[in-house]
Amino acid sequence: MAELNEASNDATLTLPQIRERIPTVVVDDAHVIYRVHKGASGASSPVAALRRMMTRTSEPNIREVHAVKGVSFTAYRGEAIGLIGSNGSGKSTLLRAIAGLLPVNRGGIYTQGQPSLLGVNAALLNDLPGERNVVLGCLAMGMSPAEVQRQTPEIIEFSGINQRGDFASLPMRTYSSGMAARLRFSIAAAKKHDVLLIDEALATGDKGFRKRSEQRVRELRESAGTVFLVSHQLSSVRDTCERTIWLESGVLRMDGPTDEVVRAYEAFANGK
Amino acid sequence: MANTALADPDAGLTQAQLAARYGLRVAGERPSLADYSRRLWHYRHFIAAYANAKLVASYSNARLGQLWQVLTPLTNAAVYFLIFGIVLKQNSIPNFIAYLCTGLFIFNFTQTAAQNGTQAISGNLGLIRALHFPRACLPLAITVTQFQQLLGSLVVLLAIVLVTGEPITLAWLILVPAVLLQTIFNAGLTMAVARMGAKVSDLRQVMPFVMRAWMYGSGVLYSVVLFEESLPGWATKLVEFNPMLVYIELARVALLEEAPVLNSSLPQLWLVATGWAIVMGVGGYLYFWRGEQEYGRG
Repeated sequence: MAELNEASNDATLTLPQIRERIPTVVVDDAHVIYRVHKGASGASSPVAALRRMMTRTSEPNIREVHAVKGVSFTAYRGEAIGLIGSNGSGKSTLLRAIAGLLPVNRGGIYTQGQPSLLGVNAALLNDLPGERNVVLGCLAMGMSPAEVQRQTPEIIEFSGINQRGDFASLPMRTYSSGMAARLRFSIAAAKKHDVLLIDEALATGDKGFRKRSEQRVRELRESAGTVFLVSHQLSSVRDTCERTIWLESGVLRMDGPTDEVVRAYEAFANGK
Repeated sequence: MANTALADPDAGLTQAQLAARYGLRVAGERPSLADYSRRLWHYRHFIAAYANAKLVASYSNARLGQLWQVLTPLTNAAVYFLIFGIVLKQNSIPNFIAYLCTGLFIFNFTQTAAQNGTQAISGNLGLIRALHFPRACLPLAITVTQFQQLLGSLVVLLAIVLVTGEPITLAWLILVPAVLLQTIFNAGLTMAVARMGAKVSDLRQVMPFVMRAWMYGSGVLYSVVLFEESLPGWATKLVEFNPMLVYIELARVALLEEAPVLNSSLPQLWLVATGWAIVMGVGGYLYFWRGEQEYGRG
């Protein structure tokens, strides 16, 4: 990892002059509405399905959810932004819209480069050893084979999966959920991203890993990226982000320095 | 927003103007075709590694491992030999077992590629949502995996052909371009069904029946002469343009001395084989690219 740090530090030396407030993500009055299947409920018999097909009525067990309602903000290069709010307030939906995985129904989301969304369920190939997954993940991020070869040992080292014996050569299905999440984060964090979106991915690791990953988020930020962090652990938002956005039922409630926003959010959450 | 209050050249711009000024692009926009192809080429190592990983993973729970790549077609051939060679005593076709296996293995290449193709997007949602790469990598990797499987089958096939007394001739070389054309055809087909399968998940259930009907229309299990004998003229003409029949006939012409063929004109076979490869390859690619921004949504 030491080599990696030096490399990224070198990169930052040339940056200060272009460092002044270059927007990387612009969200303009974005509305996201998505449709969810309520699953098998009530009239889900084949006869009912056939009748629906004949009469061309829409399926009753699809419901529209207006998850993000007119959110606007601008994120700049080198910022780490925390997204907080109660469960179901639209944080993850907003991240997925920024990543281009959900279309906006109204308004617009503009990004620099291609944002990478790092979620807890970003599964690779479970039948393959961790090592092979690292190689695949790096290639999938567009690294060259030589680069992958150089990075692989560092990534495995960083993830710490080899702390309890040689797990890197075992299939990923044998990993605990925490180990798998650590490996996934380590793979995604190995590359410089213009915009990195982290959705609760840090919550699964143990304490030591959490420290290392928070450090890594800081480095990624310094190498001129923008990092978004969705977390319910206010302490990790406080440690890594200087700006925080508070969403409540899809509406932007507050946007500003982490201290202020988190304090207001805590007061709100306690008062509920 | 407190942090835009400073004297700022960007003050007074609307969000959309701000985005335009710094060259930001709409999230999840589809890249241009040239751009997309360039990125796809950049990801060729990923395609190869992913195809290889899939191949290894598919045998990772079997004790004999990679050996199944050869054992599967061998067992297949043995079963068909038992039924058609010994029980039913098929003898209208000279060297029936080699005739059958050629059709079976060549058809199986397309069949498995298309069947797995329906799952190319829906089976990899985690990967698609986590990382950004040209999605065409996934159906292409499936084609490459199946191509590797085919190489295993071809080794078995050549052995069968030799054991059943066919001579080694220069005509065997026909197999190389024929299989390459079929691979291009398969790549396009896999991309096309991948996009369809991403939208309509029921396709996976329908696909086996489509493929079975296609198999019967390709003269895999019986003599292709039957088409001429029992179908009206126009229908036989139609069958002659069935891409799978054409690829299978090419392989039979290459390997077997006296196999019955429906389409005795070799130039026409090549023409149809090349035509289908181009139409399906380019068409499938364009069709898949047009859906690029939709994959992983929902």
